[in-house]
Amino acid sequence: MSEQEDVLRGIEPQRYDFKDPEKYVFKSRKGLDAEVVGQISAHKEEPQWMRENRLKALQQFNAMPMPSWGVDLQGLDLDDLYYYVKPTDEIQNDWDEIPEAIKNTFNRLGIPEAEQKFLAGVGAQYESEMVYHNIQKQLENQGVIFLSIEEGLRQHPDLFKQYFGTVVPFTDNKFAALNTAVWSGGSFVYIPPFVKVELPLQAYFRLNTASIGQFERSIIIADEGSQVHYVEGCTAPQYSKNSFHSGVIEIIVKKGARVRYTTIQNWSTNVYNLVTQRAMVHEEGTMEWVDSNLGSKATMKYPACYLVGPHAHGEMLSMAFAGRGQDQDTGGKMLHLAEDTTSKITSKSISKDGGRSSFRGLVYVDKKAESAKAKVVCDALILDGKSRSDTYPHIENRAENVSIGHEASVSKVGEEQLFYLTSRGLSEEEATTMVISGFIEPLVKELPMEYAVEMNRLIQLQMEGAVG
Amino acid sequence: MIGLEIKDLHVQVEDVEILHGINLIVPAGEVHAIMGPNGTGKSTLAYTLMGHPKYQVTSGEVLLDGRSILALSPEARSHAGLFLAFQYPVAIPGVTVANFLRTAINAHRKAVDPNYHGIPIPEFRKIMLEKMKLLEMDQKMGGRYLNDGFSGGEKKRVEILQMAMLEPTMAVLDETDSGLDIDALRIVSEGINTLKSNRLGILVITHYQRMLNYLKPDIVHVMVDGKIVESGGPELALQLEEEGYRGVKA
Repeated sequence: MSEQEDVLRGIEPQRYDFKDPEKYVFKSRKGLDAEVVGQISAHKEEPQWMRENRLKALQQFNAMPMPSWGVDLQGLDLDDLYYYVKPTDEIQNDWDEIPEAIKNTFNRLGIPEAEQKFLAGVGAQYESEMVYHNIQKQLENQGVIFLSIEEGLRQHPDLFKQYFGTVVPFTDNKFAALNTAVWSGGSFVYIPPFVKVELPLQAYFRLNTASIGQFERSIIIADEGSQVHYVEGCTAPQYSKNSFHSGVIEIIVKKGARVRYTTIQNWSTNVYNLVTQRAMVHEEGTMEWVDSNLGSKATMKYPACYLVGPHAHGEMLSMAFAGRGQDQDTGGKMLHLAEDTTSKITSKSISKDGGRSSFRGLVYVDKKAESAKAKVVCDALILDGKSRSDTYPHIENRAENVSIGHEASVSKVGEEQLFYLTSRGLSEEEATTMVISGFIEPLVKELPMEYAVEMNRLIQLQMEGAVG
Repeated sequence: MIGLEIKDLHVQVEDVEILHGINLIVPAGEVHAIMGPNGTGKSTLAYTLMGHPKYQVTSGEVLLDGRSILALSPEARSHAGLFLAFQYPVAIPGVTVANFLRTAINAHRKAVDPNYHGIPIPEFRKIMLEKMKLLEMDQKMGGRYLNDGFSGGEKKRVEILQMAMLEPTMAVLDETDSGLDIDALRIVSEGINTLKSNRLGILVITHYQRMLNYLKPDIVHVMVDGKIVESGGPELALQLEEEGYRGVKA
């Protein structure tokens, strides 16, 4: 079948309407084997190649050991999980089961009740369908494809197959293998050559965040000279009964294109969050990761840029907040694989109440990457004696005429800063919050306005009661 | 009494006594100066008045408008009307001058009315620009990060800007003249002069006469080795400028 026919088949409305909804409600049994993977693929009515790909990835997953570094994963029992729950079933959390602390945070953030229920996975979409349709229409006029990952595969199978797994192959790491075996949910985005998407692609995603599966998979393809900003997550805490989330994000930045991918991760503190995010950046392309991790029990996430074309540029701006019982193991990877490539990693971490944050940075300069420039700056702020911050920078250079800079600082909120601010009438808590918001300001100012405002309010909430 | 009263104040830093019984009265509406050589305890007095945790009061009393403030936190002292212009203001990277000033004003207003919802941005902006003009400051200063990369002169101007906006009833100026060139000294001093009122008491700590030429203190005190050794009219400052501290020490 030609691509054209397949696309047409994909948009036949009757193919997706008038189906018995019962058919969609499905939950795999606990644990993972070839049968469960086969069921997932069957339920999604996938082509044969994808089914085989999932099964191969499963073998890879079984063959690979758990990582022996990073966060403590002993509390994670991979046999005790449901690997696939049909979305209509998945969002049926019971409002009464949502922890009080999370409801309180919703209230204090001033989130309307309908949205609260949505964020807690209780309700369905909370905004009008109109907003979604208007945005979709505008994007369609520009030739932009912005679909759920499942729809992407159905409607654009050739484009999908051309890129799926090319940036993050399932052989990459154990959790990439797992995701490839059981992925469900996520976005499929294609920006045509020289199209600039003005609005951040966020509204749609915000509507659907809570229904995104634990094993989300997203692909973003920015064709030559195009531009897009994609925003994932939200500042309000997301309650999930699923204690394990493992996503894979693949981004292709073609010649001269520019992609920014912003994540605001605020999972509830029962969640293990292990994510692989990677971009392939071609000649003169620019990839920017803006990554903030506030929630989860443990996060392992190191967004990467593979700078494969001359003059490609990678940028990583990350922030992690580790509170009581939290382990934020984050960082970034820049691989310079062509000449005149440049990169910058800026990492900010805050640890309080016994929280632990670790920065892992990798800068690799291949021998082909002459005249590459790389810079790594990581600043850690530790709020009390119980908390911890570690830095693991790794730099490897094999090329000539290369400039690599690394700066690291660890600081505490200084007594003199607190005295200065309290002498102006601020409480100790307000003063500490002010020092912290200043510390993360370089990241917050890069966020879309509404997120920036929420972020500051959230930091305020996180700080309440932390002092004294 | 309205104003500041310091009675037999003894202060230790890390178990070493620095102030050995200071007595001082600064009534509202008056400008007093404390002069004295380096290392004599002038800044210790300033920090102690504001409530820095490093400075331990072992005996004595400090009253502001008749009320003891020694048990109060720095923030409560600020709410009570006390202000300290720091000799070395610290940097708060990432926090703009404007954001900081607005937070400070709101903290003060909330101390009076817990239900206060915050100063509207247009009102705040109007006041800030007015006071900046008074101190001949560039408007852009409001968008810069507080004391981060400021020159010595800029820091001192921003200290006085804070004083102008918080409208204290008792201001302690700790070597506000240091780090200022001649023009900046004039501008800052004239700025302070416009804030003078019969409700405001000012205590100026300085080594030099030059700022006092503008501020025209009512009383000059000389502090040596943690004690006030002499007090007099403005002529005392002139005398010190000519003869140095050797005369009063004897």
